[in-house]
Amino acid sequence: MAKDDMLTLLKLMLEYVLPTLKLFAFTLLFSIPAGMIVALLKMCKIKPISWLTNIYILIMRGTPLMLQVIVAFYFIPTVQKNDSAPELLRKFLSGVSIRGNYIFWAVLVAFVLNYAAYFAEIFRGGIESIPKGQYEAAGALGFSRLQTFFRIILPQVVKRVIPASSNEVITLVKDTSLANTVGYMELIYIAETQSSRLSSLVPLFMAGVMYFVMASVLTLLFSFIEKKFNYYK
Amino acid sequence: MAMLEVKNLSKSFDELEVLKDISFDVQKGEVVAIIGPSGSGKSTLLRCINQLEKANGGEINVCGTDMLIKNAKGKTVYADSKVLRAIRLKTGLVFQNFNLFPHMSVLRNITEAPVCVLKQNKEDAKKNAMSLLKKMGLETKADSYPCELSGGQQQRVSIARALALSPEILFFDEPTSALDPELTGEILKVIKSLAADGMTMVIVTHEMAFARDVADKVIFMEHGYIVEMGAPEQLFGENASDRVKQFLQRFNS
Ligand SMILES: Nc1ncnc2c1ncn2[C@@H]1O[C@H](COP(=O)(O)OP(=O)(O)O)[C@@H](O)[C@H]1O
Ligand SMILES: [Mg+2]
Repeated sequence: MAKDDMLTLLKLMLEYVLPTLKLFAFTLLFSIPAGMIVALLKMCKIKPISWLTNIYILIMRGTPLMLQVIVAFYFIPTVQKNDSAPELLRKFLSGVSIRGNYIFWAVLVAFVLNYAAYFAEIFRGGIESIPKGQYEAAGALGFSRLQTFFRIILPQVVKRVIPASSNEVITLVKDTSLANTVGYMELIYIAETQSSRLSSLVPLFMAGVMYFVMASVLTLLFSFIEKKFNYYK
Repeated sequence: MAMLEVKNLSKSFDELEVLKDISFDVQKGEVVAIIGPSGSGKSTLLRCINQLEKANGGEINVCGTDMLIKNAKGKTVYADSKVLRAIRLKTGLVFQNFNLFPHMSVLRNITEAPVCVLKQNKEDAKKNAMSLLKKMGLETKADSYPCELSGGQQQRVSIARALALSPEILFFDEPTSALDPELTGEILKVIKSLAADGMTMVIVTHEMAFARDVADKVIFMEHGYIVEMGAPEQLFGENASDRVKQFLQRFNS
């Protein structure tokens, strides 16, 4: 390949890093708060709620993300604003896909639901690792339950869940490639099409390097954040 | 004036009866020491009074306000949540394991509750915290984090943290039991100085010499009952019951 061709290819591929990052960023934006809510639901003392939450987590963690993406792809576009629950179920069982800009949202729903389940388990572990004495000290000092959670517990949970969360976040960068299965045009999509067009492995190699760079930047970022939290044990 | 009145208090964990028919009172400025073998219900008693456990029966009155009462039907009921919150601010509790907030500086540990709970102005809370730290001999540690302090220093911070809310009555649950023997002295000294200032205190302790020295009243608990209660001269003297003597013997070796 000529040098100019390489540059054109590189530029083209970099354009497709954007949809990859978009899926990555939106997934994090929604799945982290959702994961916190799911964690709290799972710890809820009302048994049916914690039960249902647990089933959701089991399904999300027990089936392939790729399968979830495909199901969402066929199901989400059929959903209308004021669908009743039975109607939604019917559509879920017989969903047909409508292509177009629904793809991103369908993929995003699957990713958020999946990652929320993983984050939920990490957050729950973090919350449960905070000693009971912290709640008692806060209670004895008159903090309300909300104040206790947000001022005393959550800041300590954040520190404890950073290492496990960083694993998830780095996995997510690479998992975005699964969106390609349903035609979301991102980095793997362009790498594959260019690779067969040019009969060359270079585009795939470039894609690999780009994922590697993104993952490395995140690794550095997280080790920086971890150090930031080292001011206490 | 009675700062605390407990009448016929009972508490069970499922089948296990941990407190049975506990009655005593604490007058203003009084220092009460609670002693007794481990598992006798001392911590549970303090935790019930400080609203960390729910009692099953009996009555509790703090500073003239009913917290737990028998209603007309003879059922034991708690005061409504507003009253309970108000009472909570009148009582302070110092834990065996300090339970400081590790993510906050020493100063923040002390100012957080006054600012967030009492809505004190930040500057005032800080000033008050600094003077408490000075009293505890820790004025140079304001910006340290709990993990940087010795056990004795951490316990002094936790005492300052409790005092920052100006409680009417302060409870200690074995404040020196998690400390190395050479560090217990500094905590006992602080408690003695609080007693000298007229602070009303209830102290669960295994430091018998200290209890004898500083307490106005000593309560001996066993199996969830108050077995004996009286002036230190009585409990630590010749006229104490055989059971108390037997218990104290272990500490005299
Ligand atoms: N949360 C709890 N659940 C069940 N049993 C408990 C609980 N807390 C304390 N107990 C039991 O209550 C009894 C009294 O405990 P405690 O008040 O801690 O005694 P002490 O402080 O005198 O050592 C013990 O038998 C203990 O096992
Ligand atoms: Mg105890």
